[in-house]
Amino acid sequence: MTTTDNASHPASLAVEEREPEERMASASRSEVAPQGQMRGEGALLAVSSLSKTFVLHLREGARLPVVSGAAFELYPGECVALGGPSGAGKSSLLKMIYGNYRVDAGAILVRDGDETVDVASAAPRRLIRLRAGTIGYVSQFLRVIPRVSALDVVAEPLVGDGVPREEATRRAADLLARLNLPERLWGLPPATFSGGEQQRVNIARGLIAFRPLLLMDEPTASLDAANRAVVIGLIEEKKRAGVGILGIFHDAEVREAVCGRVIDVTEFGRQMA
Amino acid sequence: MTEQPLLIAETLGKNYGARIGCRDVALEVYPGEVLAVVGESGSGKSTLLGLLSTELEPSAGRVSYRLRDGSLRDLATLGAAERRLLMRTDWGFVRQNPADGLRMAVSAGGNVGERLMAVGRRHYGDIRTEALDWLGRVEIAADRIDDDPRSFSGGMRQRLQIARNLVTRPRLVFMDEPTGGLDVSVQARLLDLVRSLVSEMGLAVIIVTHDLAVARLLSHRMVVMRQGRVIETGLTDQVLDDPREPYTQLLVSSVLAA
Repeated sequence: MTTTDNASHPASLAVEEREPEERMASASRSEVAPQGQMRGEGALLAVSSLSKTFVLHLREGARLPVVSGAAFELYPGECVALGGPSGAGKSSLLKMIYGNYRVDAGAILVRDGDETVDVASAAPRRLIRLRAGTIGYVSQFLRVIPRVSALDVVAEPLVGDGVPREEATRRAADLLARLNLPERLWGLPPATFSGGEQQRVNIARGLIAFRPLLLMDEPTASLDAANRAVVIGLIEEKKRAGVGILGIFHDAEVREAVCGRVIDVTEFGRQMA
Repeated sequence: MTEQPLLIAETLGKNYGARIGCRDVALEVYPGEVLAVVGESGSGKSTLLGLLSTELEPSAGRVSYRLRDGSLRDLATLGAAERRLLMRTDWGFVRQNPADGLRMAVSAGGNVGERLMAVGRRHYGDIRTEALDWLGRVEIAADRIDDDPRSFSGGMRQRLQIARNLVTRPRLVFMDEPTGGLDVSVQARLLDLVRSLVSEMGLAVIIVTHDLAVARLLSHRMVVMRQGRVIETGLTDQVLDDPREPYTQLLVSSVLAA
């Protein structure tokens, strides 16, 4: 790609094409908080006193606490795992950070360029903008859109960023090839794909565009060893590009390969009690 | 970046005698965004759509719209001619029953071309070319241009209605249960078409539907209505995945998962 091409794209995309070192350098120039200040200033994500309880009105108003007192920070270039047994609220926590689940108390501060947005209290339209450019989310399952081909499903985030369709499609094809999705499937809607094939489409869609903050919910659950290795490679590339990743990685091999630290979500409850 | 709403409703209400159609509704729609209004039959969502599109006269409150020149106008203050022009040029209205939105005795090409003529286009060849282009975009074969919609299937009629509404490149389109009554396979094709046209053209859409799957697929934000009032609003996925109100929880839990 030529420099002129880059100029016509949104900044975030142009940035991804550059070398990681260069990106980091330009990032530190444009950030509000200059380097050398307290570490908390450089966080991409800062969660504090976060709590949520589901109220089930169809079950006589039963209350189901899922997260209480969550507090942690995430920095550019690191991949952090949420740890704890099933049902401890890891997925709920990711969904709250994405704005998919609402928040009862606490704050979720996300750095969005020069601004800081509190997902817990942001207006819906602000969340849409945040998702469009800043937060990526790789869910556990692909939500299939009727009649849309795998290639278009993957290319869509880039097209949304303003990348010409032809280039977006080419990059989608590259990524699907890398994830070993057979080429004969690319033109088909993923509804009939196997679990592992759908998951690879989902990962490709979640990783194709540059988003400074990535949330991943069990990205390798249905993958074989070869494809797990591909995903590990993709995550490492994102880290080198300065992306902060928060995820649920039940697979110990993947977790140990990519995560610098683990946040035990059961500790949050204990601190509160 | 200060984006301004395209349409604003304030304290909007409608009574049918003693019966309440809808009450105290406030909402905003921004350029390029799809807002879904969901609720059961009788919840007031069609009344609300009628009020927003000025087809019904409100008993209370008002609806304002930003004209192409940037000025925000209370729709009640527009003259009849101004309002007609707005509906022909800047707005579209896709109805549940295509027979209500099409002229059934006029050819497919005529149905699309008529809207162009209404905005002052006169050159027959140009109008026909553009009509043909639009029939292609909604996947109707070119050789059906001179057939009238009575010979079309339900899905084709609905796609024709969409072409008729979008040919003038409106900024705001009202849709009332656009997929109601269609087979699921036909529905999927129509939804995919609407989804791509809306994003390509940057349309703002207010869509009324009782089908939560349709709302999830098409809309960015959602308004839940019950007994004439808006009881819950938010991002579409947020309202559907984490519904807060008892009635919304009931609605969401009542959907059959296929």
